[in-house]
Amino acid sequence: MKTYTNTGSKDTRSGFGDGLTELGKTNENVVALCADLIGSLKMDEFKANHPERFFQVGIAEANMISLAAGMTIGGKIPFTGTFANFSTGRVYDQIRQSVAYSDKNVKICASHAGLTLGEDGATHQILEDIGLMKMLPGMTVINTCDYNQTKAATIAIAEHHGPVYLRFGRPKVANFTEANQKFEIGKALHLVDGTDVTIVATGHLVWEALEAAKVLNEKGISAEVINIHTIKPLDDEAIIKSVTKTGCIVTAEEHNFLGGLGESVARVLAINKPTPQEFVATNDTFGESGTPEQLMEKYGLNSNAIVKAVETVIKRK
Amino acid sequence: MSNTQQLKDLTTQVRRDILRMVHKVNSGHPGGSLGCAEFFVSLYSDILDRKEGFDMDGIGEDLFFLSNGHISPVYYSVLARSGYFPVKELSTFRLINSRLQGHPTTHDNLPGIRIASGSLGQGMSVALGAAQTKKLNNDSHLIYSLHGDGELQEGQNWEAIMYAAGNKVDNIISTIDLNGQQIDGSTDTVLPMGSIKGKFEAFGWTVVEINEGNDIDAILKGMAEAKSKTGKGKPVCVLLKTVMGNGVDFMMHTHAWHGKAPNDEQLANGLVQNPETLGDY
Repeated sequence: MKTYTNTGSKDTRSGFGDGLTELGKTNENVVALCADLIGSLKMDEFKANHPERFFQVGIAEANMISLAAGMTIGGKIPFTGTFANFSTGRVYDQIRQSVAYSDKNVKICASHAGLTLGEDGATHQILEDIGLMKMLPGMTVINTCDYNQTKAATIAIAEHHGPVYLRFGRPKVANFTEANQKFEIGKALHLVDGTDVTIVATGHLVWEALEAAKVLNEKGISAEVINIHTIKPLDDEAIIKSVTKTGCIVTAEEHNFLGGLGESVARVLAINKPTPQEFVATNDTFGESGTPEQLMEKYGLNSNAIVKAVETVIKRK
Repeated sequence: MSNTQQLKDLTTQVRRDILRMVHKVNSGHPGGSLGCAEFFVSLYSDILDRKEGFDMDGIGEDLFFLSNGHISPVYYSVLARSGYFPVKELSTFRLINSRLQGHPTTHDNLPGIRIASGSLGQGMSVALGAAQTKKLNNDSHLIYSLHGDGELQEGQNWEAIMYAAGNKVDNIISTIDLNGQQIDGSTDTVLPMGSIKGKFEAFGWTVVEINEGNDIDAILKGMAEAKSKTGKGKPVCVLLKTVMGNGVDFMMHTHAWHGKAPNDEQLANGLVQNPETLGDY
């Protein structure tokens, strides 16, 4: 089976920061806004290179989102940066009316998503943001898996006209996708070929899915692993094609099972090809303080949890 | 530059449009619309430096943003009568498949509208964003915006008001419609806001007051004064004192007509007080 190598763990937010730095040099219409989290979002370099195109709005996320909507009028492409919780739940109505309904070319870039934010606890660990964003008509929703992919996605979304939610995280995680890859919005990435089960993962769970596939392989189970970086629009075809071969599926995400990737996949399959499915996701709960590893273990979001889910779903075939 | 009589005639016609639009669908917001009729007419006939036609980016022209989107009847009437779309389209207000939605939207590509509004408190931020893009584009034209006084109860306004002064956004003129009314009663009974002038000044804005906000000459004079204060490192606020329901006697000085349409008899009464000047749609 095909295996992937961690070329050195890095945080996905640094992929965002480095992508933004590159965009600053190549696209003069790109502007950036931040709500008092420049260091956390790795926006320092863009700010230093282009102070005239960088807007520190202070701790005022609602103002930031609506400012960004206004900045598009006249041709700018605003990238907003704050934590995922403050990028979505706190400003849902601003995104809904001024960005999504008004079809404004705003890129909402959200770090520290999910449990892996760690010790800050549940107030900051949003597990509902994918659902909030994917429900908005016209919104593109992307959750990248590593540094390289996050950098590529950041660069790619500047070329896409329309509102985008780009979700990434805080901790250093395995960096295993190609450097300088071309990022295609809405296109699933086939990572490992398999015949017994399909594992569809997004964000930090993609690496866990690869680790799970190795364990499963040793147990004689051939798992197909697909990296779904774009949750909306979803690559229906890739999912249907894979389960046609494998006959069962596990979805894996750092998000509540309500409203996440798993539900989007379930809808596609219910309509096109009803298939047994298990969900690796949080179970309608808030998070808590702890290290990322402890939390992912406790809430069942690591490779062990994926292996278990696979063993369950295969029995349901 | 239009003469004042032409603007008065247009205002009378706009009042008729407002009354007929909300009456037809038995919904909509006539009170605030009537109170701002003179302001909208002055803005689109005289104050804004506008280009022919409509382009979303609006480079090289002044832009206007309506934050209190519920006064869409006056906005639509003045946009239509300023040539953005056919006047006869006013008859589709709030009907199924219309571009004239209950609250303004870009969703159906209605010329003249650059952002959806209706959920209150967002328009100041949007206008400031557009103002900053004007600066980035080295475009010396101005951004104008309108907000309700009750709308200032939304906290996002104060984020924006603080931001504007802190960042010296001095190419914006934000007008507050001080009619003293909101849905549940007078602003003083619903949530007393103290001195709005004092608050804007404390936040670092230049404030211009127009005490006769339903008098076209006073509006033109006050807005010219406001314009003269732009470009000096501070955002400019205009406090426009208006009478809700102005020009229709039984709708004046009350919140009762905030979001209520006149019946047949009331419509006839309102129209008699505002005889046709430029032709009904």
